[in-house]
Amino acid sequence: MRKIWWKFLASGLLMYIVIFGFIGDVPRQPILNETIRNVYFHVPMWFSMMSLMISSLVYSIRYLKDGKIQDDIYAVEFANVAMIFGILGFLTGSIWGNYTWGDPLPKDPKIIAVEVGLLIYSAYFVLRGSFEDEQKKARLSAVYNIFAFASFMPLVWILPRLTDSLHPGNGGNPAFGKYDMDSSMRMVFYPAIIAWILIGVWITSLRIRLKLLNNHLQENL
Amino acid sequence: MQEIKNLIIKDIILEWRQKYAFNGMVLYVFSTVFMCYISFKLKTNTIEPITWNTLFWIIILFSAVNSITKSFIQEKAGRQLYYYQIAKPSSIILAKITFNFLLMIFLGILGFLIYSIFMGNMVENIPLYILALVLGALGFSASLTLIAGIASKSDNTSGLMAVLSFPILLPLLTMLIKLSKNAMDGLAASVSYDEIIVISGIDLIVIALSYMLFPYLWKS
Repeated sequence: MRKIWWKFLASGLLMYIVIFGFIGDVPRQPILNETIRNVYFHVPMWFSMMSLMISSLVYSIRYLKDGKIQDDIYAVEFANVAMIFGILGFLTGSIWGNYTWGDPLPKDPKIIAVEVGLLIYSAYFVLRGSFEDEQKKARLSAVYNIFAFASFMPLVWILPRLTDSLHPGNGGNPAFGKYDMDSSMRMVFYPAIIAWILIGVWITSLRIRLKLLNNHLQENL
Repeated sequence: MQEIKNLIIKDIILEWRQKYAFNGMVLYVFSTVFMCYISFKLKTNTIEPITWNTLFWIIILFSAVNSITKSFIQEKAGRQLYYYQIAKPSSIILAKITFNFLLMIFLGILGFLIYSIFMGNMVENIPLYILALVLGALGFSASLTLIAGIASKSDNTSGLMAVLSFPILLPLLTMLIKLSKNAMDGLAASVSYDEIIVISGIDLIVIALSYMLFPYLWKS
């Protein structure tokens, strides 16, 4: 019971953001109008993708340090779920973009960055698929994971700030924090970030447990 | 230091002995440029500056991937084991990166020469363009050497090489295309300080990571 309090927190917060995200008061903005509610779903996807990727990186580093196969399983599953969140963020973004920018896939450095990010992590899974030996697979993919993460970061954090972007906060566009969001929106937005990150961790932990049990079963066969 | 120097000299001698591989790379650059010449210049007789620049970088990217892929597969496993026993992994990766860097500078400048002969020279600020080439060669050699190390462990080396390296090189490539476009337009170097700093930063990160991660690869 002690360890599952955060699962109650996650589902409670999620319930709260779904209800208050749709019936709560939002400021009227030109063009954005009611679509601003997507902020509760689109933006937290990126936050949770980033935190899952960082966790994956941490476990890859731990694997290289200690060589425990368990850390490798953690790293893969975190990357897996990060990818799902990335795809969801991409989809919610393109629906949003369709109604506000008039184009589901406009020319934008952040969209390009996330497409490249998804490519990098797909390459990570291709790399894992091409080895039979477990230790070799784990070591090589850990090396690639660290390397890929480090070259992905400048793409997301530095390049969009140098070029023009449709996204708020880049290339002269004001960030959401400045005046788009009022205090009642923040009351939903910050819990939304926490809730989605926790959901991501929850899904990952279930997948990890499943995989560990599978490994255990196969060893005892 | 001495060890690194010896390893670089070994690589150069090895390359010199198997001249066919080296000639193959030069021919690769030449024939790709010639193919672009036939499909763009001869057909339409006009080429947009942006297309000119991007095409050049794509040629450089492909020749880099092609020539660096063989860094770790041209020598047999037995000899790799021998190097493993006599040299530190960090000196091996630094030597390989330096060697590939020299190779890439050579291929880049040669490619630039051939390309400007066939497709016409559109660059106004040539020193800045060469700087972009050198920075690009450094970044390409550092990241591709590590990836060649990873890919060489699998059966499908060349396929894996392309899949693993293209997304990783993309940030570098976009910055390089931007910097070289500035050089083409003849802008003063001071305009491009931002790009130069970012590219050097990426190069540094990539070199540092290759240096730190290679020992783990080398073990297997």
